[in-house]
Amino acid sequence: MSNIELINDKNLDCSFAIFKDANLTLESGSILKNFKLAYKTFGSLNNNKSNAILVCHALTGDQYVSGHNPITGKDGWWSRMVGPNKPIDTNKFFVICSNVLGGCAGSTGPKEKENDEQNIYGGNFPSVTIKDIVSAQLKLLDALAIDQLFSVVGGSMGAMQALQWSIDFPERVQSIIHIAGALKHSAQNIAFHEVGRQAIMNDPNWHKGNYFENNSIPERGLSVARMIAHITYLSEDAMHRKFGRKLQSRDIISFGFDADFQIESYLRYQGRSFVERFDANSYLYLTRAMDYFDHSESYRKTLEFVNKQNNHLKYLVISFSSDWLFPTKENKEIVEILNSLSKNVSFLEIETDKGHDSFLLDEPDLDYAIKGFFESNFGKVNE
Amino acid sequence: MNNIKSIRKDWDLIESLIRENSRVLDIGCGEGDLIQQLEKNLKAKVHGIEKSQDLALKGIAKGLNVTQGDAEKDLLQYSDHSFDYVILSQTLQAMIEPKKILKQLLRIGSKAIVSFPNFGHWKIRLQLLFKGKMPITDGLPYSWYDTPNIHFFTLKDFQNLCSEMNIVIENSIGLTNRGKQFKINGSLIPANIITNEAIFLLSYKDFEPIKLKSTNTIFTNNSAIAN
Repeated sequence: MSNIELINDKNLDCSFAIFKDANLTLESGSILKNFKLAYKTFGSLNNNKSNAILVCHALTGDQYVSGHNPITGKDGWWSRMVGPNKPIDTNKFFVICSNVLGGCAGSTGPKEKENDEQNIYGGNFPSVTIKDIVSAQLKLLDALAIDQLFSVVGGSMGAMQALQWSIDFPERVQSIIHIAGALKHSAQNIAFHEVGRQAIMNDPNWHKGNYFENNSIPERGLSVARMIAHITYLSEDAMHRKFGRKLQSRDIISFGFDADFQIESYLRYQGRSFVERFDANSYLYLTRAMDYFDHSESYRKTLEFVNKQNNHLKYLVISFSSDWLFPTKENKEIVEILNSLSKNVSFLEIETDKGHDSFLLDEPDLDYAIKGFFESNFGKVNE
Repeated sequence: MNNIKSIRKDWDLIESLIRENSRVLDIGCGEGDLIQQLEKNLKAKVHGIEKSQDLALKGIAKGLNVTQGDAEKDLLQYSDHSFDYVILSQTLQAMIEPKKILKQLLRIGSKAIVSFPNFGHWKIRLQLLFKGKMPITDGLPYSWYDTPNIHFFTLKDFQNLCSEMNIVIENSIGLTNRGKQFKINGSLIPANIITNEAIFLLSYKDFEPIKLKSTNTIFTNNSAIAN
């Protein structure tokens, strides 16, 4: 029998759901005997429990979707979207956000201790997939006694989770908002992830993942991985607009390898600050989870198979015109399958030069779409 | 009944052609006002396609199923007969390949509802005859060089195309430029002269199965002409 404990952690300003003897079977076949999820909730659950929205974070996100993040000392990663009177209005909706399984903001992952032992998982942590991440989230919902989510919303890796929810547990969800994702992680995306992983694994401080035991952290590798990834989140136009060939704190080039250009300085800063808040092993495990995500062959069949359970579902798919990591074409593949099966689907391509990162940035059309989609559909269901 | 009052006269006529609880796809749905009207008044299950990001966004924010896309490319994703009605309102004349679109409408929908401005209206004829310039009217308010309407055709042209494509005109309603409606078939005055805007309800003829001599393949209904 599993036993579940929900606790509040004042220092970390979040809650923990601790699942003991839960024996969570992962897609790889490994079993997590015990696990915990760090999560935060915003707003309050209404009487008939119909206003719960699960927000799924992207690769390097965490449970601090809104408000203050005590780890970074900054605002939550989607503070502009979630909060009182924000597009996802916590005066109306009960928002739940949990750190993914395999993450490093408190949930069970390579940085945490193995079961009751003193050893840190490190490189011994089992492989996790998006399906596993969602299975763990389902346990959290059960623990919170929420039968039905009004919606699951996420961008990028969060979009993958939203899609996985609609496939695995359609009966538990009424709508999903899938932003800048795809049915599968493309070869190009796997390639970029692989370069990032190689940077980490080739850092002498990595020690096959057991770096804590060796009192070292593969900071250089992780920061290079972040620099590469950061390029893929932008677009050439945005990079040109923001940095062009402008020089950093100098009037002439150095004829050396300093960060002459602003873009270099910016990337170095991104890399440096990332290692302060993210675990290198988590980065390996979660990029792998994204790589393994692939519904390209099975999606249509799955939908046909669970036809009845997902006819009530409303899908909103949003892409950004300059996103080359999860381009419009790949988002549209989902829409095309849903439309061919006459599902309730909406699709919007937002014209912007801000690239993949657009979902985190100031995009008024994104706000308007999400707010309108939630409020009008919530009105329809709760008339 | 707390019906939504139509903001366009032809929308009420379109509504009158649609049965309750139908599945409806509106091509070029704008911000979704027509499908919202049909959802509310007829309990229709509605979808729309709209090319413009701004308009699609407004439709989505109303909780409607709106796919941002281009009808000339994106109709292929819909399955055969997945809708009871497919509506193309005031858009056929702006399509690059109207004939292909018409085929798509009747592939996706069991019936199609098409409305368009009639280029054979007497005011247009007079303008062309006496002014010798491309006509500009309330229904076709653009100059020749900046009009989205690239295929001008008359009521008669459309009827001929339907007949050529073996499409059955189940119902056809004309609107005069004063908004008076009349049955195009029963009109005493030649309809092509007085119709400002026409609304057609279309379907495919039911064919007798055709047996081909060379093979035993039997084509039924519209399959022989849809390809």
